[in-house]
Amino acid sequence: MRTKTFPHGIHPDESKQLTADKPLETMPPPEKVFIPLLQHFGSPAEPLVNKGDEVSLGQKIGEGKTLFSASVHSSVSGKVLAVDHYLHPGGNMVPAVTIANDGADRSLFPEKETKDPISLSPEEIREKVKEAGIVGLGGAAFPTSVKLTPPKDKPIDTIIINGCECEPILTADYRLMLEFPEDILKGAEIICKATGANRLLVGIEDNKRSAFEALRKCAQNTRAEIVLLKTKYPQGAEKNLISALLQREVPRGGLPFDVGVMVQNVGTTKAVWEAVSQGIPLYQRAITVSGPGIKEPKNLLVRLGTSFKEAVDFCGGLKGGSNLLVMGGPMMGLSQWSLEVPVVKATSGILAWDAPSPASEYACISCSRCVGHCPMRLVPTQLMKCVKYENLTLAENWGILDCVECGCCQYVCPSKIPLVHWIRWGKNEVMSLKRKKSA
Amino acid sequence: MPEKNNSFIIQSSPHLREKDSVPKIMFSVIISLLPAAFASVYFFRFRAALLLFSCLAASLITEALFLWLRKRPLRYLLDGSAAITGILLAMTLPPSLPLEFAIIGAVVAIGLGKQAFGGLGHNIFNPALVGRAFLQTAFPVAMTTWIPPAMIKVNTATFATPLGNLKFQDAISQGTLTSLEELFWGNVGGCLGETSALALMLGALYLLLRRSIDWRIPVGIILSLSLFTGIFWLTNPGKYASPLFHVLAGSLLIGALFMATDMVTSPISPLGAWIYALGIGLVIGLIRLFGGYAEGVMYSILFMNAFVPLLNKYTRPRILGEERKT
Repeated sequence: MRTKTFPHGIHPDESKQLTADKPLETMPPPEKVFIPLLQHFGSPAEPLVNKGDEVSLGQKIGEGKTLFSASVHSSVSGKVLAVDHYLHPGGNMVPAVTIANDGADRSLFPEKETKDPISLSPEEIREKVKEAGIVGLGGAAFPTSVKLTPPKDKPIDTIIINGCECEPILTADYRLMLEFPEDILKGAEIICKATGANRLLVGIEDNKRSAFEALRKCAQNTRAEIVLLKTKYPQGAEKNLISALLQREVPRGGLPFDVGVMVQNVGTTKAVWEAVSQGIPLYQRAITVSGPGIKEPKNLLVRLGTSFKEAVDFCGGLKGGSNLLVMGGPMMGLSQWSLEVPVVKATSGILAWDAPSPASEYACISCSRCVGHCPMRLVPTQLMKCVKYENLTLAENWGILDCVECGCCQYVCPSKIPLVHWIRWGKNEVMSLKRKKSA
Repeated sequence: MPEKNNSFIIQSSPHLREKDSVPKIMFSVIISLLPAAFASVYFFRFRAALLLFSCLAASLITEALFLWLRKRPLRYLLDGSAAITGILLAMTLPPSLPLEFAIIGAVVAIGLGKQAFGGLGHNIFNPALVGRAFLQTAFPVAMTTWIPPAMIKVNTATFATPLGNLKFQDAISQGTLTSLEELFWGNVGGCLGETSALALMLGALYLLLRRSIDWRIPVGIILSLSLFTGIFWLTNPGKYASPLFHVLAGSLLIGALFMATDMVTSPISPLGAWIYALGIGLVIGLIRLFGGYAEGVMYSILFMNAFVPLLNKYTRPRILGEERKT
């Protein structure tokens, strides 16, 4: 079968065999959970509980009150120990609720099962998704209810369910597709309903053929088209996925709805189904705990707020000599300095390995490999030089804000220049300059 | 605040890197030059070996000296780039050139051609060609005196290169034009690296397979030179040599495969690379057919090197989602 793809990109070692055949295992809830009130793109949720309160599983403990925010729910039943600040995997201290688990898992859901979820109106669906605190589970953690509300003048004709999981090592999405294909397809139908889209595509890389088969079997007699894509990083990057599947280009600075498309991750789609059909809030998620530094790599269903340490210990602990701990994939993940951070909605994986000491850096030799691999077709070396020599106007003209920080350029750079680091810094500088100008 | 675990390092993503590196690329270029270097020693014996060794040594010493003066780490000496410049320079010299001239050429190549701009990655012109251009101007006679390969026994004191023969001795009407077969195997007069087309292509094939050089550049140069010389050949084959002759003769192949493809001094965008390559081929054709020199590869590459910053500026690839220019 001919697989679809996008130009450029890279082929890093996948290392998915570590966990690909390991079914999702439900990790027992921990003694204590640390639930940040900021687990999404936007402003923190406002706490609804106080120290000493008794909470039940799935109870809303933080309310997203602004437009760009999301509600947060308790992932255990028990007693609130503290409402203060806690370390977030993003590297900063954020408002958080600490809850002692009483082990009873008293829950409020399913309140009442929705008889016929597909007959709900778009507004009802969005309300349920918002109530469940769902955010994009691919890693960006954008509030899903906001995403499901595109501007009136931008009709959505196609929904793409993103099952690429193009990051090496991660396999949680693969397991979700393999084990819950029906939930994912039903969730996708709900999303179509909420947006009025007619066409439904599910994109899967061809290294996950069993998931492709599982979904295709379920999709018979539905409108869902399951499409096989070439295994290439970053196949799952929104704009590249859209270009691979539909040959549509999202305009610079634009969003998928500008070309009538909405992309949702498979995990998000499953969460939408659970929220809309049974009123289950987002209190747990699938993650991959893996990498050469983990003794027994696994795919887990973990409660949000579980510390990395407990999740890693549940997988046999760290091997000696592991000096790199990453949340997310090895290409775009965030390195962590502590195991004491909690699993949040954006945690797609916890990876550990022994990173080699940084290779010596050389000057750019204009080999143009970064240009030949950039999926956004930028000139990373030029952007790096613009930032280094503080010419931000030029950096902006050369498209620094179009960079998605996928890391292909730095992966291939023979001079070992930290290109993404320079570009990320430059993006911040350009944005703050813009804010100053508009203020 | 949780305790900091000192065993974890913090770094910015991506956390994976390909194994290829600048020294690996440079050493692959050195390896790819070996067939041609051996061929030159085969054809010109001890002279070739001496020239290669002097240029290599002089380049490395000059590089070390400049790194020391500029207070740069000496490990840059081991990146292999200075060695390439030395070997490449030697490959562009006539085998009879006095060694002291060759050494001066190497010092100029590294000092003026590379380190004066800030070292590896910062030079505008191909360093080996800067060295050669200097020698051509400073010692014009020595740089255009040729000896025959060791296999050819001639009685005349002077010996012409195939291109010199074509240009200044009316080789086509005299019927003395060098055969394509001899050009291919390399049993002809010329610079060290101009002789064997086969050895050069073998080396370049390795670089192409390894993706150390951009295929567009040699293809573009050969294409535009063939087109240009082909038009004249078709109109008057009694006066002009065939495109194949032009491609195989002189320093076209070493220039197109190893000099013009120098990463530092060639464009970074695919479109830029095409314009650069087509430009080089065209200028070579103009010099060879209508210029005062028999050969024009060196000046063409240096000429187009000068345009690389401009090409980089005006051939930025279209960003994904950017409106197509109409």
